[in-house]
Amino acid sequence: MATDPNSPVLVMDGVVGGYGRMTILNGLSFSVARATITTIIGPNGAGKSTAFKAIFGLLNLRGGRILLEGKDVTGHSPAALIGQGVCYVPQGRNIFPELTVHDNLELGGVALGTTAAMRSRVEEALDRFPILRQKARAQASTLSGGQQKLLEIARGLIARPSLMLIDEPSIGLSPLMVKDVFATLQKLRDQGVSILMVEQNARSALEISDNGIVLETGRTRLVGTAKSILNDPRIAKLFLGAEVDLDEPAPV
Amino acid sequence: MNHPYRVLAIALLLVLVGGVAGFGLKPYPIYLISQWAVYTISAIGLNLTLGYAGQISLAQASFVGIGAYATALLMPHGVPFGVTLVIGAAISFILGVLLGFPALRVQGHYLAFVTLALATIAFLVFRNESWLTNGTSGIDKIVRPFPFTSDLAYLWLCLGSLAIVTLGTWWLLRSPWGRAFLALRENPVRASSLGVDVRMYTLLAFAIGAALGGVSGALFAPLGQYIEPAEFALPLSFSLLLMVVVGGSGSFLGPFLGAMVAVALPEVLRSFQDYYLVIYGVMVILLLVFSPDGLVGLIERAVRRRPVAAPAEPAK
Repeated sequence: MATDPNSPVLVMDGVVGGYGRMTILNGLSFSVARATITTIIGPNGAGKSTAFKAIFGLLNLRGGRILLEGKDVTGHSPAALIGQGVCYVPQGRNIFPELTVHDNLELGGVALGTTAAMRSRVEEALDRFPILRQKARAQASTLSGGQQKLLEIARGLIARPSLMLIDEPSIGLSPLMVKDVFATLQKLRDQGVSILMVEQNARSALEISDNGIVLETGRTRLVGTAKSILNDPRIAKLFLGAEVDLDEPAPV
Repeated sequence: MNHPYRVLAIALLLVLVGGVAGFGLKPYPIYLISQWAVYTISAIGLNLTLGYAGQISLAQASFVGIGAYATALLMPHGVPFGVTLVIGAAISFILGVLLGFPALRVQGHYLAFVTLALATIAFLVFRNESWLTNGTSGIDKIVRPFPFTSDLAYLWLCLGSLAIVTLGTWWLLRSPWGRAFLALRENPVRASSLGVDVRMYTLLAFAIGAALGGVSGALFAPLGQYIEPAEFALPLSFSLLLMVVVGGSGSFLGPFLGAMVAVALPEVLRSFQDYYLVIYGVMVILLLVFSPDGLVGLIERAVRRRPVAAPAEPAK
């Protein structure tokens, strides 16, 4: 593909939307640079997960545009977006517990055209995650929480996404497993996948990220490199759990 | 790893055994094997809808009826059997799509009732629209297509059709389409996050299942050479549902075994006369209590138990 490496993978341009009459996203704008990990942080209700739903075509938008690789994909269906290289790993457990690990991976290929393509991609995924190959015939519910998360990531990769949306990957995982999942994400980034992540565990997420976005009430409050956000004392106080001194004036 | 090929081989072997057995059998057993093949095709269709895509349907008998009437009514006008079969399957496919629409809104028992309504309407059309279907008198003297006029040759036509349907279904289930049906059954919301068009696949699950019902009906009419509306009423729908469940809903070999039980059991229990249904019912209840996955589940467990015992032997 002749895409400019410096052009953003994803651009959100003044997106407005919500559930029913309630507006969650109030003109949300940001962009995701190619082959980076970008983490969205923000308080509860800021619209982090909703932003993902908007990108993945699961939300009716009332305004704004979403550009993928420079192309307008506003209102496209999830199936169409998967075809265009987006994958979405939602919050919580999203595997099919009753099916085998292998079958779960195959389900990542339902949007592919042919059986042969589906099969070879599953083999690739099993090569990439040896632990999953070991357990390929086991029922997915027998995997540990972290392995299930890896299975979800592996399943998402079957469609060879250029952009992965991953919502709270660390939720419910042991610190060791979180490390494992984050390391996997970094490896994917190095292989050229752009990753947009929402994380409550903001500090450790930012530590492995290139860029950060701070959301508040459905708007972008702050954009910057992950490092600058980690070092921003206001952010540290608001979201990263530093001591808060309310009398201290905010730095400019 | 070779499990998928194994079930295909077993299914085709069953078909082959039926075909070879035909040589040495009297007309009645030949008729029974043909009937098994016809019911199996229909049950395979229902298994796609119910077992793989998780959508209940009580209207499968109606599609068998549509296939049967299409063949019985069109063949006397010189339409070749192959064409009547395709027409029957196509009408069933389209009605199957229509039947799928309610399934986008309701599930479970409610969906069962909606499909029940379609089954009732279809039965009323078969029975009351005498100008078309000859009403309760039915249609007799249905000719078998040349060269499958003898009982034995017609058996092979039925088994040959079953073999084709078996191969087609096997291919479908292993393709991304089949995987999508599976995702749909397991969890529609998660399926949609994987890019499964839930709407399209729900409709297709009904339509393909219905089309196979139509195919089975097209074979059904020339088999007995006589059809009447009552044959395609609710009892057949329930019977097909039982075949799928008894055989093992959602397993490839389920319909083959389920239809075998449904065809063979009345013969085996013939001496019990009216008690036959009671015995059948009790057997089904017992089966489902001990093996909710039906006969296939029962057999799989028996087979799996053996390798567990095997490693103990070298110890002595």
